[in-house]
Amino acid sequence: MGSYEYRKYPYRRPPELDGKSGRRPVVIVGAGMAGPTLALSLAQRGVPVVMLDEDDTVSLGSRSICQAKHSLEVWDRFGIAAGMVAKGITWTEGEVYLRDKPVYRFNLAPEPGHKFPAFVNLQQYYVEEFLYERCAVEPLVDLRHRNKVTAVMPRADGVAVEVETPDGRYTLDADWLVACDGVRSPVRHMLGLPYPGEVFHDQFLIADIRLKGDLPKERRFWFYPPFHPTNSVLLHRQADDVLRVDFQLGRDADPEEEKKPANVDKRLRQMFGPEARWEHEWTSVYTFTCRMMEKFVHGRTIFVGDAAHVVSPFGARGGNAAVADADNLAWKLAAVAGGAAPAGLLDTYCSERRAASVENIRHSTRATDFITPRFPASRVFRDATLALARDFPFARALINSGRLSVPTAHTGSALDTPDAGDWSGGPAPGCAAVDAPLGNGWLVDRLGRDFTVLSFGRDATPVAGATLMSVEGEELAGRRYDARPGTTYLIRPDRYVAARWRTFDPAAIRAALKRALGKEATC
Amino acid sequence: MLKRTSNLARPDEVYNALIDAHKGLDDEQARAFDARLILLLINQVGDEAVIREALTAAAEAP
Repeated sequence: MGSYEYRKYPYRRPPELDGKSGRRPVVIVGAGMAGPTLALSLAQRGVPVVMLDEDDTVSLGSRSICQAKHSLEVWDRFGIAAGMVAKGITWTEGEVYLRDKPVYRFNLAPEPGHKFPAFVNLQQYYVEEFLYERCAVEPLVDLRHRNKVTAVMPRADGVAVEVETPDGRYTLDADWLVACDGVRSPVRHMLGLPYPGEVFHDQFLIADIRLKGDLPKERRFWFYPPFHPTNSVLLHRQADDVLRVDFQLGRDADPEEEKKPANVDKRLRQMFGPEARWEHEWTSVYTFTCRMMEKFVHGRTIFVGDAAHVVSPFGARGGNAAVADADNLAWKLAAVAGGAAPAGLLDTYCSERRAASVENIRHSTRATDFITPRFPASRVFRDATLALARDFPFARALINSGRLSVPTAHTGSALDTPDAGDWSGGPAPGCAAVDAPLGNGWLVDRLGRDFTVLSFGRDATPVAGATLMSVEGEELAGRRYDARPGTTYLIRPDRYVAARWRTFDPAAIRAALKRALGKEATC
Repeated sequence: MLKRTSNLARPDEVYNALIDAHKGLDDEQARAFDARLILLLINQVGDEAVIREALTAAAEAP
């Protein structure tokens, strides 16, 4: 099915099968979106990585398609984001319809002046292709296809894994094991760790089709459309003239019947009319769950992405949260592996990303409750909201077809230094740094690989352990950072604000740097 | 703060208008009507603390 040709990646006989063994600082299990992002980020910090993947190709099906600005900024540091933007579909607006009338339009990037758009829609298999190709030319990343983990043995100062290959089994010893192995995480199962959460019973049909014609670029969401009058429909455009159509089917639908091409075609025919011609790319009937592990770090094993937390697809919070996890973890793990920070720094990966996950699950659950009300009164209020939306703008703000992913704040993290100055804007400690034009380039391009001191004015001098970035006469950047002469931000390697001041004070920066490396935090 | 004493100049007229608006509605229509009315009124009130107080007061009424 489909015209996308799944690339095969070669299996190579691992050296361990020929007696060449040795302890590895980091072993990653799973090469989806999180694994290679983490691997490349660790490699850029000088940490060698072995990444084990059980198959030899990319994601089956388009799966996670909405790549958010923040994820693109992460991938840009590996030099692959421009290619993704060129291949994908850029969009910033979404439109919500009630029956056949538009009732609400939202713009996710109301102000220009950012290197990357709010979203680029690109099928997960393409994202993985870009990541795999980049991994292939990164000497510190050893990506091993058809290497399946069959046992995990935690030890006091590391983890051993047993790996199965076409040529036999071997054991790999690691200081740190990172499970990026998805929602059904075999590593989590092998360690017997629970995955508590909530199951939702509504069923949805994804039909990814290739359809020529004048296709809309923006996200569209319908409540009770004429072509599917009992439920909702979500439409996204992807690369290669592929459309993602997501039909809500309700609780009682028969998934096997719904998946039959003739039945899918019947639904599509009602939606696109008698003239339309399409080919099927991928079809899937799904229900979803919201789950989260109690801890993301278990001894020397760390869980990332869907392996650690999972949400409904409304809001594009799955793949993008996985990338954000990898970005949060990479610098911390590199610092701990390299002896620059205590192991306790990794506990803040858990606390910060669990806080993000709680927020993602809250947004996701609220959107789900709006789209698929779970009890009669909930449906009555949902329908009342929709009925008022055409004439009353306040009601449009209540329509929740998915609040789309933006970087989550982790206010109050032990790594951050609380605000002391008087601020009326700009990213507070615990919030993501924001982009702005700088000269002929972008602020995000000038941030360092490690910590950055971003200072407005001429007073700043270099501080050990951070890249200095002085900015002067940049109106938009100044406004986005609520800057006055002397205003100084300390920005973490994952481009979150660690601290900020109204004056440049090297002693305060040194103290905040120490704190941001977990050297005085109580985690 | 949620008002507990009358805030209406003409309480009987307003109450009757509320009841009249429900005349001829079946249960389902009345429920939908009430939901629209509540949404309009909570937006008019605006103050989240007052709305939450009203939710609690409504839940606790005997």
